[in-house]
Amino acid sequence: MPRGEVIINSELCKECSLCVAACPQDVLAIGKTINSKGYHAVEAVAPERCTGCTLCAVMCPDVVLTIKRRSPERK
Amino acid sequence: MARILMKGNEALSEAAIRAGLKAFYGYPITPQNEIPAYMAEHLPLRGGVYLQAESEVAAINMVYGAAGAGARVMTSSSSPGISLKQEGISYIAAAQLPCVIVNVVRNGPGLGGIQPAQGDYFQAVKGGGHGDYRLIVLAPGNVQEMADLTTLAFDLADKWRNPVMILSDGILGQMMEPVEFSENGTLQQLEKPWATTGAVGRKPNIVNTLDIIADKAEKNMQALLAKYDSIKAEEARWQEVGTEDADVILVGYGTSGRVARSAMEMARRQGLKVGLFRPITLWPFPEKRLQELAKSERTFLAVEMSAGQMIEDVRLAVNGVSPVYLSNRLGGMVPTPEDVLAKIHEIVEGRVS
Amino acid sequence: MQTVFQKPEALTDVQMHYCPGCTHGIIHRLVAEAIDSLGIREQAIGVASVGCSVFAYDYFNCDMQQAAHGRAPAVATGIKRVRPDNIVFTYQGDGDLASIGMAEIVHAAARSENITVIFVNNAIYGMTSGQMAPTTLLGQKTATSPRGRTAEEMGYPIKMCELLATLEGPAYLTRVSTHDSRHVLQAGRAIKKAFEMQQQKKGFALVEVLSTCSVNWGMTPVDALKWVEQNMVPYYPLGVYKDVTAKEGN
Repeated sequence: MPRGEVIINSELCKECSLCVAACPQDVLAIGKTINSKGYHAVEAVAPERCTGCTLCAVMCPDVVLTIKRRSPERK
Repeated sequence: MARILMKGNEALSEAAIRAGLKAFYGYPITPQNEIPAYMAEHLPLRGGVYLQAESEVAAINMVYGAAGAGARVMTSSSSPGISLKQEGISYIAAAQLPCVIVNVVRNGPGLGGIQPAQGDYFQAVKGGGHGDYRLIVLAPGNVQEMADLTTLAFDLADKWRNPVMILSDGILGQMMEPVEFSENGTLQQLEKPWATTGAVGRKPNIVNTLDIIADKAEKNMQALLAKYDSIKAEEARWQEVGTEDADVILVGYGTSGRVARSAMEMARRQGLKVGLFRPITLWPFPEKRLQELAKSERTFLAVEMSAGQMIEDVRLAVNGVSPVYLSNRLGGMVPTPEDVLAKIHEIVEGRVS
Repeated sequence: MQTVFQKPEALTDVQMHYCPGCTHGIIHRLVAEAIDSLGIREQAIGVASVGCSVFAYDYFNCDMQQAAHGRAPAVATGIKRVRPDNIVFTYQGDGDLASIGMAEIVHAAARSENITVIFVNNAIYGMTSGQMAPTTLLGQKTATSPRGRTAEEMGYPIKMCELLATLEGPAYLTRVSTHDSRHVLQAGRAIKKAFEMQQQKKGFALVEVLSTCSVNWGMTPVDALKWVEQNMVPYYPLGVYKDVTAKEGN
C-alpha cells in the first residue's frame, strides 16, 4: 500500500506543472481532462509510488493538493 | 468652565483632544505648526497617539489605517500639503471612513506664501481628489468656532462615515480670542462594527476602495450619493445678520466673514441696508437659504481672499435672480472693511462693473 | 492515513486569480500557514497593496485593509499605533515597496514600526503588464526597457534588504526564495519568524521573497523558477541581514 495519498481538487488546478516537477517519485502528470477554467488538471498517474512527502503541495500555488500519509508501522 | 484666551490652532487642538482624539498624524508646514506641536505635547499624556509622519502623503495614509481600525483620528496641514493628501482623501471618502482633516490655508498656487488665503475652496468643496465624492467642509469664523466646529467635525465624521475638513486660514489659526470648551462631543461611543479590530468570533471586515465590476460599482456609487443627499438635507449651517431688509447681502466665510461683518456695520451706520450671510458649512453649501434670500432688487457681494471661488456657488444658488459681485484680495493680502465698503458704494450708486 | 497537508484556515475559499505557477499563491499560503501555526488569525489585520496582489483582501481570512500604491507601511503604522495588540502585516510587490513606496518603507523601518512586511520581489511590474521595476536586473528586457535595462539610462537595481539593514530600526530582515521546495520551506520558516518578531514586540520585520512572473518574463512556470535561481539569487543573495534575536556565536 502506498505510504501517501494525493487528493486533487481539479477545479483549482491551473496546469502550471510545479507539482509535477517537484515530486521526487514521478507520481504526478498533467492529465487529459479539462476543468471548467480550461486547464488540464494534474493527475496522480502513479499513486502507488506516493510517500506523502508533501513537496508537491508545498510548490502548488493554488492549494489544489491535500496530502494524507500513513503513520509508520511499528513492529 | 472658564473662558480662556487661546490661539485658534491651539483651541482647535484642545477641542479635538476633548472629543476623544485617539491619534494625530501630521507633518510640519507653516502656518499650522502649532497644531502638531500642541498634539505632540498633550495628546500622549491624555490617552492618545502622536506621530510625525515622513510626509503629508504618509500622514493621510496613516489616518486611513487608523480610521479603518475604528479610531478617532486627525491630520492637519496647509494648502501644498493638502494637495499631497488628495489621493488619500479620495480613498478615505471611497471607503467611507470617518476622520478630520484641517487645512490652514495659505496663499497659492505653488509654494505661494504663508499669508492667509481662501484659494483652496474649490479643492475642498468640489473634489480635490479624483472621483465622485464630497467632504463635509466646516468654516470657522472665530476662535470659539475653531473649538466648537472641531467637536462637531468628529461627530459628523462618525455619524456619516465621511471625512470632514475644517477649512481655516493663517489669521484664524494665529489669532487669540477667549474660548470656552464644551462637554465632550455626543458621539464618542458610537459603535463601529465595520472596523478592522481583529476578526474575533466574526467574519473578517474589509476596508477597501477597489470596485472593479462596473454595475456593482455604479450601485455602490448610488448608495454613496444617497448619503450625500441626506447630508445636504440635514447638515447645512450658516449665520445671517440683517438680511431681512437688505439691499446688498455680503457673503463671506472665515476671515472674510469677519471683514464683511465690519463692513456691514459701517454701511448700516451710513444708513445703507446691508446684510451678512456667513456660510459655516461650505459643503453642504447653504444654497436653499440663499435661494430664498435672492430677489431681483437685491444684490449679493461675495467677499473672498481668492480669485473668486465661493462666488460660483453663490451664483448657482441665486440662479440669476440677483446680480452677484466680488470683493477680493489675492496673494495673502486681507481685504479691509473699507475695501468692501467701497464696493458696496459702487453697487448702491450704480457704478459697479 | 492522516492529513498532513491541507489548505490553511487563514486562506479563504476564494480561488486566487494569479497566473498559473505564480509564486504569489505559494507565498500567500506560507503567510496563512504562519498565521495558523501561531494562532493569530483573529488578531491579524493585513494591509493589501497595489499590484497583482491587490485582491489579497479576498484571499486572507482575517481583517484586511486595501492601501493606496506604496502606502501600505503607512497604513499599517496608522493601524498598529491605535491597535498595538493586533498583529498587523503588509503584503507588497517590488513596485509598491521599492518604487512609489520607498519613503514609506524606509521610514517604517527607521521607526522600527512593530509590523511584519512580506516583500514579493519578482523584478518586474506584473499587474500592469510587465514594465521595469526598481529591482529589474541589468540587461533584463521589459515593456519599458525593451532593449534591456542599462545602468546609464535607468540606473542600478535596488537591494532592499541591504538598504534597510543600514538602519538601526529593523529587528529582522531576511531574503528568501521560492525557486524549489527546499527554499519554499525555508521561506515559510522566515515568514513565521517575522510574525513571531511582532508577537515578541521586537520591532520592524521584513521578509524579501524572490519570486517569479512567468507570463511577463515570457517563460513557463518551471523555467521561471530556474531563472530565479540562476539570475536573481546571485544579485540578491539569500540570507539574514538583521536579526536582533540572534545570539552571539550562533
